[in-house]
Amino acid sequence: MTAATGANEPARATQPARATELPVETPGPRPSVVVLDYGSGNTHSAVRALERAGADVTLTSSPRAVAAADGLVVPGVGAFRAVMEQLLAVRGDQLIERRLAGGRPVLGICVGLQILFTEGVEHGERTDGLGQWPGSVDRLDAPIVPHMGWSPVRVPEGSVLFEGVEHERFYFVHSYGVQTDPAAALAAAGETPLSPPLVTWAEHGSPFVAAVENGPLSATQFHPEKSGDAGARLLRNWVQAL
Amino acid sequence: MSVALRVIPCLDVDAGRVVKGVRFEGLRDAGDPVELARRYDAEGADEITFLDVSASSDGRATTLETVTAAAEQVFVPLTVGGGVRSVADVEALLRAGADKVGVNTAAIARPELITDIARRFGAQVVVVSVDARRCPAGTPTESGFEVTTHGGRRGTGLDAVAWAAEAADRGAGEILLNSIDADGTTAGFDVEMLTAVRDVVDVPLVASGGAGRVEDFVVAAATGVDAVLAASVFHFGTLSVGEVKDALRAAGHVVR
Repeated sequence: MTAATGANEPARATQPARATELPVETPGPRPSVVVLDYGSGNTHSAVRALERAGADVTLTSSPRAVAAADGLVVPGVGAFRAVMEQLLAVRGDQLIERRLAGGRPVLGICVGLQILFTEGVEHGERTDGLGQWPGSVDRLDAPIVPHMGWSPVRVPEGSVLFEGVEHERFYFVHSYGVQTDPAAALAAAGETPLSPPLVTWAEHGSPFVAAVENGPLSATQFHPEKSGDAGARLLRNWVQAL
Repeated sequence: MSVALRVIPCLDVDAGRVVKGVRFEGLRDAGDPVELARRYDAEGADEITFLDVSASSDGRATTLETVTAAAEQVFVPLTVGGGVRSVADVEALLRAGADKVGVNTAAIARPELITDIARRFGAQVVVVSVDARRCPAGTPTESGFEVTTHGGRRGTGLDAVAWAAEAADRGAGEILLNSIDADGTTAGFDVEMLTAVRDVVDVPLVASGGAGRVEDFVVAAATGVDAVLAASVFHFGTLSVGEVKDALRAAGHVVR
C-alpha cells in the first residue's frame, strides 16, 4: 500500500507465504482506489482487502488523490454524528459530491452507507447526512442489539456487487440502520431518477437496507473487508467495474 | 434470515507469540498468532480473539504489530483484549487493526471507561470481558456468581450477573462471559451462569470457558448466547472449528 498518512505503520519482518491467498486476477493495470482517511475506524483490513481485490490502494484524504482515483471507498464506524463531523472536517461531503457529479464510483461501508442517507437519529438527536438517498438511520428494533455477526442478504435482480455471492452471509456490526425503502421513497415523492437505487435487504428484528447500488454510488451496511471470501468477491466485483 | 451463531477461537498472545502449546500439523510456525489466525479463518472461524497476556510494555508493543499483521491477512473480525486500561489503549489497538477491544479489570475499577470508549468509538467496539466464578462459601452475591480478577485468583465481591447488566447499560456492545471454574477443565460451559446473564443482557453474549467436546458447544448454544468461544480445544487440535459448526448445525442452530 502507498499510505500517504501511514507514518504509524510498524515495520514488519517478512511475512510467510500465503497458501490461502486468492489469486489476483488483474490482467491489465490495477484500478486506483483511495480509501478516505478521516480518522474513522480500522482501515488496515479495508486497504488490504481492496488490494487483494486487485486495486492499487492509497489511504489519504488529499482532495487531488480523491478526485484522481478510479474509485473512492468511504469507511466509517461509530456514531453517525461523530462520523459526519469527522467527514466534514476533511470536506468529505464535497469530495464525494464532486466525484458523483462526474459519475465516478464511490463505495460507502457501514456508517459510510448510513451517512449517504437524509439523516441519522441517535438518542433523539437528528444529524443531517449527505442526502444522496431518502431515508432516516434509526436504531434497530430487535431483542439483541447491536446486530453483530454473519447474516444472509436478499439480493435483487441485476445486482453487480453481489454477482456470485447472492447466497452468502456477510459480517454486520451495527446498532442503527435504514428500515425504509429509498427506491419507494423516491417514487412516492414523484421523483423518477434515471437509475433508481437497487436495494439489497437483510433482517435483524425487521428488514433493513444491507446494500444499495445506484449508478456510480454503492454502499454496504456490512463489512465486506471482514466478510471472508464472500466479501472479497464483492470487493472484486466492485473493483473490476471501475 | 437470522444472524448465525458465531464460533470464535481465542489465542493467548505474549509478546507476539502464542502462549499455549499448539499441535497443528502443516503450520510453518505454530507459535505465530498470525499464521494460526489464518488457519482458523480458513477453517471457518467467524471471528478471531487475541488475548494479550504480555507483562511488559515491550511485549505489548509487539502485540500491536501482531494485530496489524493479522488485520492485513485475516478477513474476519478481530477482537483484542488483555491489559486495556484507557481510551488511549483502545485507540492504539483500533489503529493497529483490531475491530473490537476487550476490557476487563480496568472497567471494574472504573466503570465509566466503558461509556468513554463507547462514546468515542461506538458501542460495537467495546467487549466487556467478565471472568466469573460460583461464589465461594461465605461470600455470597445475589445471583451466586462473583466477578474475579487476576485470572480468577481474586474475588471482587461484585455480582457477576448484575455487573454484566451494568456493563451493557453503560455502553458495552458485547459481553464475553468466561467461567473461571470451567476454564481449562474441558468439562463443559457453565450453563447456569450463561442462562442467568442471558436473562438480563440484551447485547450479544459470548460463552467462554470449559469447552471440551462438540456437545458442550451445543448445550451452551441452547442458552441463547450469540457466540461460543474456546481456546484449548482448538489449539490442541482436539476439535476443529468445522466440527463444532457441524454439531451446532445438526442441533438446529444457524451457523455460517
